[in-house]
Amino acid sequence: MTTVTASRAGLPARLRSARPEGWAGTAVAALIVLFLLIALIAPVLLAHGSPYTINLQQTLLPPSLSHPFGTDDAGRGLYTRVVYGARESLGIGLGATGLAMGIAILLGFVGGLAGGLVDTVISRVLEVAFAFPVLLLALLLIAIRGPSVNTEIFAVGIGSAPGYARMVRGQVLSVRQAEYIGAAGALGHGRLAVIRRHLFPNAMRPMVAVITLGVGQSIVWASGLAFLGLGVAPPSPEWGALLDSGRMYITTAWWLEILPGAVIVLVALSVTSLGRKLQHRLEGAAR
Amino acid sequence: MSGAPLSTVTEATVAVASLRPSARPVARTVRRVLVKIVTAVFVLVAAASVTFFAQFLVPGSPAAAILNQQNGRAQQWSAAQLAPVNREFGFNRPLIVQYLDYIGGLFHGNLGTSYTQFKPVTQVIGDELLPSLVLTVTALVVAWVLAIVVTLLTVKRRPVISSLGSTWEAFTASLPTYWVGVVLLVVFAVEVRIFPVIGGTSFMGTVLPVLTLAIPLAGFLGQVTRDEFEKVLDQPFITTARTRGMGDTAVRLVHALRHAVLPAVTLSGWALGALVSGAVIVENLFGRPGIGQVLVNAVNTRDIPTVSGVVLVVAAVYVVANLLVDVTYVLIDPRMRAQ
Repeated sequence: MTTVTASRAGLPARLRSARPEGWAGTAVAALIVLFLLIALIAPVLLAHGSPYTINLQQTLLPPSLSHPFGTDDAGRGLYTRVVYGARESLGIGLGATGLAMGIAILLGFVGGLAGGLVDTVISRVLEVAFAFPVLLLALLLIAIRGPSVNTEIFAVGIGSAPGYARMVRGQVLSVRQAEYIGAAGALGHGRLAVIRRHLFPNAMRPMVAVITLGVGQSIVWASGLAFLGLGVAPPSPEWGALLDSGRMYITTAWWLEILPGAVIVLVALSVTSLGRKLQHRLEGAAR
Repeated sequence: MSGAPLSTVTEATVAVASLRPSARPVARTVRRVLVKIVTAVFVLVAAASVTFFAQFLVPGSPAAAILNQQNGRAQQWSAAQLAPVNREFGFNRPLIVQYLDYIGGLFHGNLGTSYTQFKPVTQVIGDELLPSLVLTVTALVVAWVLAIVVTLLTVKRRPVISSLGSTWEAFTASLPTYWVGVVLLVVFAVEVRIFPVIGGTSFMGTVLPVLTLAIPLAGFLGQVTRDEFEKVLDQPFITTARTRGMGDTAVRLVHALRHAVLPAVTLSGWALGALVSGAVIVENLFGRPGIGQVLVNAVNTRDIPTVSGVVLVVAAVYVVANLLVDVTYVLIDPRMRAQ
């Protein structure tokens, strides 16, 4: 029992308290993720027309059968733009989460394995990083480097890295206590081999779900930056850019702001829900 | 806003366990509080060091950045043009002197000089701090009220009601601030004209911004409180209270609630940080004055000292709030002292 508690100590409260969703919720989530995958691989299958073609005959039309999400100020179908924007938005989410995880694994493993002064320094650095809310740290980085897609990925990645680093470190600390690690050492396996073959996979297993959740979270943060006009610039159909350009019409054309936001929320929720399912599976397997 | 809160709790518990059991309780408490205060000061000085060195990460020299900003274009500046700016802002002094000056200035409430407005950052931020503080603190209170009401009404009731409550919490907790704000704005200010679209700091204009911040936070606090509430309702002392003939409502209000809110109280310090991030977005959406507006303008004009100043003020509020939560915890909960 104690080992189970210890191995979960580094995971976030939301994950721990997560109840498994019912099958209906999972089915909806799976369906949305399926749509997302199609939008990534072959957007042509989901939407007709180009996300860039301007048609001044039909600007700012509310949602209808021919334009399910309505049209924007340049007469482009919003639905088509959302479908084509999936690739870039998910790319930003994956990039930021990947960067954050890279930093987290480096700091978490070095700290957790080295112990002593190195670990103290890393823990202190993380503590300082926690004093900055993610969005503010991201804004500071954007102020330094100027707004661009790369800065956005960089900013969200750096901003969310400390949280992951703390989790990875917690995982390393609890897994290295496990008896099979000691046993592997006693069998004469080298230190590096033990880390690579036993410690790394076991410490990272619960992190798989965290990474899944992180992608959804990163998309939400990146779109928040874009909403402030500091992300990808219009006319890109990236979801954050859609939010940015829709703000001007918030009192006249609600769909330009609410529908892309709803898509972001749905995607983030679905990815999160599947991540939790994955988490329960992995924890079940670990026991 | 991922895993921070829980790990903080875990680390605090570990720290307690590792204290020498021989120390006298009062001395131990005082020492723990002192350690917390020293750590907080350390974190703030380190945070200030981060923002100080951040200004040197800007491509080119700070003086060139200021001239670019003043003239609205990026170009090469000659040494003669840069010299007066360097002198004015003190960039020609040795780095260590500038650093110590910056850190020392913080203790006197000096945050440096704005690159664009040429006045102290404290003045730029000063007047904007109050509306932001009013917004975030009100949102925190409203979020707590919402979370407690929903939890009390739905926890451990009929399955339909309970799952309705927990689904509502899970859903709202995952909503991004800007989306909640946009939906509220469109529904209650554009379609049904109850509230103004741009409300400034008036009461009616504050309702939607506060709700925007409070709804997702209430979902999060509710999730944590509900979990604890369910555990507490299974405790023997609840059964004891019921066998004494106490009604269900009374048991919930008198016995269960005070235990159930503890974990979420710990998270309130952290929540303040999340609220400030949300406030930046809300202030921009509703055109409400505050440090969020200052911050986004400063990021757009790349006015690093102002950005750093706002970030530092927020970090300070966050660290102090967490310090207060920690200290209150040590003082209130005997288990934190006597393990």
